[in-house]
Amino acid sequence: MILAYTDRRKTTDMNTVRTIIAVAALLPLATIAQDRYATRTGHITFTSETPVELIVGENNKVTSVFDATSGAIQFDVLIKAFEFEKALLQEHFNENYMESNTFPKASFKGKMTGVTAEQLKTAGTYEVLVEGELTIHGVMKPVKAKGTLVVDAAGGIKASSDFTVKPEDHGITIPSVVRKSIAEEVQVKVRLDYTKM
Amino acid sequence: MLRTTLLVLSVPLLSVSAFAQDEDLLKLLGGEDTVPVYTTASFKTTRVINGHSVENTAHGVLDFKIGHRFGTLEEGVSNFFGLDQATIRLGLDYGLTDRVMIGIGRSSYQKTVDGFVKYKFLRQCQEGCGMPVTAAFVASSAVNTTQQSDYWPDESKTYYFSNRMSYSFQLVVGRKFTESLTLQLTPGLVHRNLVTTVDEKNDVYNVGLSGRIKLSKRVSLNAEYFYVLPGQLLEPTAAELAADPNAGFKNSLSIGFDIETGGHVFQLHFTNSTGMFERAFITETTNSWSEGQIHYGFNISRVFTLHTPKKPKQI
Repeated sequence: MILAYTDRRKTTDMNTVRTIIAVAALLPLATIAQDRYATRTGHITFTSETPVELIVGENNKVTSVFDATSGAIQFDVLIKAFEFEKALLQEHFNENYMESNTFPKASFKGKMTGVTAEQLKTAGTYEVLVEGELTIHGVMKPVKAKGTLVVDAAGGIKASSDFTVKPEDHGITIPSVVRKSIAEEVQVKVRLDYTKM
Repeated sequence: MLRTTLLVLSVPLLSVSAFAQDEDLLKLLGGEDTVPVYTTASFKTTRVINGHSVENTAHGVLDFKIGHRFGTLEEGVSNFFGLDQATIRLGLDYGLTDRVMIGIGRSSYQKTVDGFVKYKFLRQCQEGCGMPVTAAFVASSAVNTTQQSDYWPDESKTYYFSNRMSYSFQLVVGRKFTESLTLQLTPGLVHRNLVTTVDEKNDVYNVGLSGRIKLSKRVSLNAEYFYVLPGQLLEPTAAELAADPNAGFKNSLSIGFDIETGGHVFQLHFTNSTGMFERAFITETTNSWSEGQIHYGFNISRVFTLHTPKKPKQI
């Protein structure tokens, strides 16, 4: 539209065409983008608890985009961004288990059901179901998890979900020496503060 | 006019693509934040074998090091191929920050106490920046604490405590070329306050070359060689050479394995050096690989996290 204004001195013919292009290009963005939510500072922690050792990894740099209209939801998790209490755990997590030089990211691509884009325009708490493909350590596995969306008055969405992941499902082998220190099922907690795109 | 028509027709196509179901939503966020990613785990621990590696003990971590060298293999079956003898060094290293570490050690070799400071001033960068190497500066000093009568037999000469001191300064430059290969160059200077003859130099310039190849996730093959520039150490006389063609000082060569098991790193190796601090293995190695004067030895490193600068929050 700005194009159309600045080019007023040019021929009417070109002007009309540019206006059409500009309006048409903005149109899909105007209708769809309104219902898209995103974050770059999502929070994921995982906890492996055994009688021998408690291991907690924390990541504050999770990126995620959620499209309320289609229900599509995606995550990208940089493995090297997980932080641990002990520096050595972090090194071994990257080097020996996640092989983060070969598989730098974990990702999720799926669909959220149980709430409509219209509902999310009013403040409240909504229970949802998320289904999709979770890729960790280069190995994809279909997953299903319950989640909660809390819409605040300003229109932001706080999303949370807790689920478990089995390292062996993703081809992560745990040697017998440390078998007692690493849980067979790792508790994963996701907390995201979405803002409208 | 034709061009206009084409343009107008193509507009709806562009809009349609935005509705596609299988698009990558994350692309909408645009380019990723470029946070520099630094190379980690160039070596399993802070020593290659005897000498320092480019690794530091992390902030708040205490590393208890037990170094052990048996006698030499050529001693044969009567000394159980050297296993009857032992030289040890017990050490404690601590990370003041992720870049600065300090350490102390006590060796049975000449009853020496040594201490060092290591500062990692360059970090090799994997992504988001351009630094090709990791580099650290290591400054250490060592005190020979043997009894004065053993150490200073000629009482007619004035004894100074400083005679017992020696120093070492090293620039450790390393690069992790691939996941499995790391190479390191270590130019250094050993300063000895006291030398036995005027033919010896107080300052001994040396260069270390070391590296590792990872054999599996938890095992690596390490090697280390320290070259002492000629004319600095005491050369054997013709008579000494006639009696023992192998007399004189040798360069230090060590080959071994790193085996990592959770909180421990075990280093098992063969070396011609007896001492485990810089002056000893760089300037006082007399054993020769070709004569089978090889020590079997091991280092054990056990880490304890004393202080956690970044504690993950549980949610």
